Amino acid sequence: MANDLIHELTAGYALHALDPQDESEYVEHLATCERCRAELAAFQETAGALALAVDPVEPPPALRARILSTARAERPNVVPLRPRWARPRTLAAVAAVAACAVVGLGVWNAVLHSQLSASRSALQAVGIKGANGSLVVGADGQATLVVTGLHRARTGKTYEAWVIQNGVPQSAALFDGGSTSVVRLGPRVPKGAIVAVTVERAGGVTKPTTTPIVVSARV
Amino acid sequence: MDDVRDMAHLSDEALVALVARSDEVALAELYDRHGATAYGLARRVLRDAALAEDAVQEAFLAIWRGAERFVPEKARASTWILTLVHRRAVDLVRREERRRADVLDESRDTGAEPSAADSAWLRFERERVQAALRRLPDHQRETLELAYYGGFTQSELAERLGRPLGTIKSQMFAALGTLREILESAERESWQTT
Ligand SMILES: [Zn+2]
Repeated sequence: MANDLIHELTAGYALHALDPQDESEYVEHLATCERCRAELAAFQETAGALALAVDPVEPPPALRARILSTARAERPNVVPLRPRWARPRTLAAVAAVAACAVVGLGVWNAVLHSQLSASRSALQAVGIKGANGSLVVGADGQATLVVTGLHRARTGKTYEAWVIQNGVPQSAALFDGGSTSVVRLGPRVPKGAIVAVTVERAGGVTKPTTTPIVVSARV
Repeated sequence: MDDVRDMAHLSDEALVALVARSDEVALAELYDRHGATAYGLARRVLRDAALAEDAVQEAFLAIWRGAERFVPEKARASTWILTLVHRRAVDLVRREERRRADVLDESRDTGAEPSAADSAWLRFERERVQAALRRLPDHQRETLELAYYGGFTQSELAERLGRPLGTIKSQMFAALGTLREILESAERESWQTT
């Protein structure tokens, strides 16, 4: 196949519509062609959007059970990094244990561990609109914005995150986008505030100049 | 399932990383998030509830077995999952030769319960993609829909539509490129108006 025609197969590959001969030629070509790899990534996102155009249908409950039990049967002996089914103990429960036990290192560790999980459970996940992801806010207002699917900012541009309280935006972070962005916000995010993202010129600005492309729910 | 770990704040990508470490709870969470979309897609392609279940099951087991190969820098996890489901469904429809004569008529798949998990966000996405599809020229939309939802290969499309294979290849490339542009510009516009 002429070499410039083979690039065209990128669309057919993303849609899983190539004939077997073309598919194997294309896969071979892909290994050597930077342009096709980049284009394929974008086309696969677009093809994935076609899946979202279909009405979702609730699968029968038995399917979930079947998938999970088959998965478990395939890898039954894997030791998880942390206890998989352990119920996080509450501080009160640990305190009760501590009260009737000699306070040794074990209990101390348990208390520390439990405080950690308590602070973890105080994390609040807030939905965002405009992209996939969420805003995770700790009890102390420290917040991280996790966004997927924002295109990488164009040259000379940046994404700027804002903490907006009572209508007053405060610059919170600059980031480039790309597949997944994990953005730690500078200022704390108080109750009632929202977080928004705008596209600004590289280096950032002190007040938003464009309409937000991502907006969180109120914290 | 009596698990109490709350995974709601984790991104899909983080869940895939946990699945790569054999975390069943993360697999269950991914299924709860994407199962209804996956099953809806598989039914659309396969027109058969039992085969659609097979496709979804095989895809989620492929995720379980292959999660460590997923590269978050290259794609969104949800795209990866739906690509796996789509490929399984199309492979099955080709094997079963169950393709309908009239692929574009959705209404003939009866007995499908709409998903209760259909979130406002999914509805927003669905309307956005459907609107983008409507903006494509007819022959481009037809090529995309027959390929993606009908599972037809390019040479089958050439025969079915009576167009040369080379034309089908260029039309498919142009159609997906146009759809991509429409989706990207619609993404920008939706925030100018709200
Ligand atoms: Zn190429």
